[in-house]
Amino acid sequence: MSVRVLLPNAFQKHTNGAKEIESKAANLPQLIEEIEVSFPALKQHLRDSDGQVRRFINFYVNDEDIRFLGNEKYSFKDGDEVLVIPSIAGGCSPHGHPRFAVLAARHTRFAPCKCCSYCGREDCLCDS
Amino acid sequence: MAVAYELRCRDCGKRFANEPLSSCGECFSPLEVVYDMDAAKRTFTREAITAGPSSMWRYQSLLPVPQDYVAPTPAGWTPLLEAPRLAKRIGAKNLFLKNDAVCLPTLSFKDRVVSVALANAKIFGFDTVGCSSTGNLANAVAAQAARMGFKTYILVPADLEPAKILNTQVYGATLVRIEGNYDHVNRLSSQIAERYNWGFVNVNLRPYYAEGSKTVGYEIAEQLGWKLPDNVVVPMAGGSLITKIRKAFNELIELGLVAEKQVRFFGAQATGCSPIAKAVKAGTDQIEPQRPNTIARSLAIGNPADGPYAVRAIQQSGGWAEDVSDVEIVSAIQELAETEGIFTETAGGVTTAVTARLYAHGRISPDELTVSCITGNGLKTTDALKGRYELERAIRPRMADFEEFVAQHEVRGVAVEDLVVGGEHVR
Repeated sequence: MSVRVLLPNAFQKHTNGAKEIESKAANLPQLIEEIEVSFPALKQHLRDSDGQVRRFINFYVNDEDIRFLGNEKYSFKDGDEVLVIPSIAGGCSPHGHPRFAVLAARHTRFAPCKCCSYCGREDCLCDS
Repeated sequence: MAVAYELRCRDCGKRFANEPLSSCGECFSPLEVVYDMDAAKRTFTREAITAGPSSMWRYQSLLPVPQDYVAPTPAGWTPLLEAPRLAKRIGAKNLFLKNDAVCLPTLSFKDRVVSVALANAKIFGFDTVGCSSTGNLANAVAAQAARMGFKTYILVPADLEPAKILNTQVYGATLVRIEGNYDHVNRLSSQIAERYNWGFVNVNLRPYYAEGSKTVGYEIAEQLGWKLPDNVVVPMAGGSLITKIRKAFNELIELGLVAEKQVRFFGAQATGCSPIAKAVKAGTDQIEPQRPNTIARSLAIGNPADGPYAVRAIQQSGGWAEDVSDVEIVSAIQELAETEGIFTETAGGVTTAVTARLYAHGRISPDELTVSCITGNGLKTTDALKGRYELERAIRPRMADFEEFVAQHEVRGVAVEDLVVGGEHVR
């Protein structure tokens, strides 16, 4: 029994460029452990400070969100395709494009602001 | 003069240079735009804004575009209307409507976010743009992409309302109908954005796109005479708009353009797709995804990308969230049209019905200054009213026929009493 696991671009700098793996994991917890053993550099990025898998990482089995299939209780079936996608994923950067370079040069005078831009307060809880 | 800006991870705080990127490479959380607020103190002033164009671009110096950017489409700057007749109907006395049903060019608030997203698509050098959409975004991307000369791929759920499909195709966009709901469409869009070098407005351009929503908040404050309301009622799909209105208010406070005030934020969802409202009611920011089943298809996002942040904005502000049935949504569409002359789509029905419930349940007091955000136009979801109105038999062009007709029909719209009693406005 094995499943095919497709990893997002965002993982690849922590996986030496690997985009997909074959796994014999029986369920999601086993799969996450296997990914962490295969790619130790990814572990600290995959889990938060409490050891929980970060909430913006979503898992899909054959196009369906695994949370609709029972989440951790779902038993993988032979041939399942597992997609790992941050909830708002994607990023293809046309680096080197002359217009992009012009923009980057314009914005070098950025000074970090002291307040949270999300809520506007310095002592906010937005990042907690 | 625009101030400098860059990207920051909402969770771990890591900074990123401006690039088409949506999630943090360290913790995979969403990114957002942050600004040099010291510079903004000099450029983002009441005087400069008032002297600016009659569009959302009057707030350009706190939008993520270069200072010399000239927007090709004047979106936003929609009416903020007092709503005395609706107010009387639902037990309110100080109710306003922010009417993005007439936002240009495509009659929804999505015109605002797309304006900012496509500006950045140009800057980053994309020749093709796209989006995953429940309809309004599709219309907005198609129209503005046509004007800016982009090739366009737009992904929507296959069962989208016919008007929203036509209003995308007419601009020459390539429309891809997906067998599935919005969450399926969105997942596929994420995969496409990783494979193709395209600018997806709500995927890899999302941090920039989302900033356009702030202009709803700026406009509300300016149109109230540079003051903040007590309460805001906002429809929630992905949950971004409510957080960005709050961000706008807090930026205005920080820059000294309005007096500091704790505005309470209230979220509105349809019961058939209410993951954010459910989390608020349960007192958690853990969002359980749902399979949407509602006529409010523009709000039918079962796995809202900004859900946790929307919950937090509501909870921290002392607000609340409610959800209403499809029957209530349709009734509210009719009530808003009959009392205030605004024909909104199903999402506006959600917001109006939730607003009424918040007053009925005592969560909003009648005298408090409350703004209800109408985000889309009813002409796009006329199927929601199917069967509600009968086409009357035509009469001959004779006065006798007309008088007979009048005798058989009561005139609609006289249910609300005159709002002037004893020489004083009862509002």
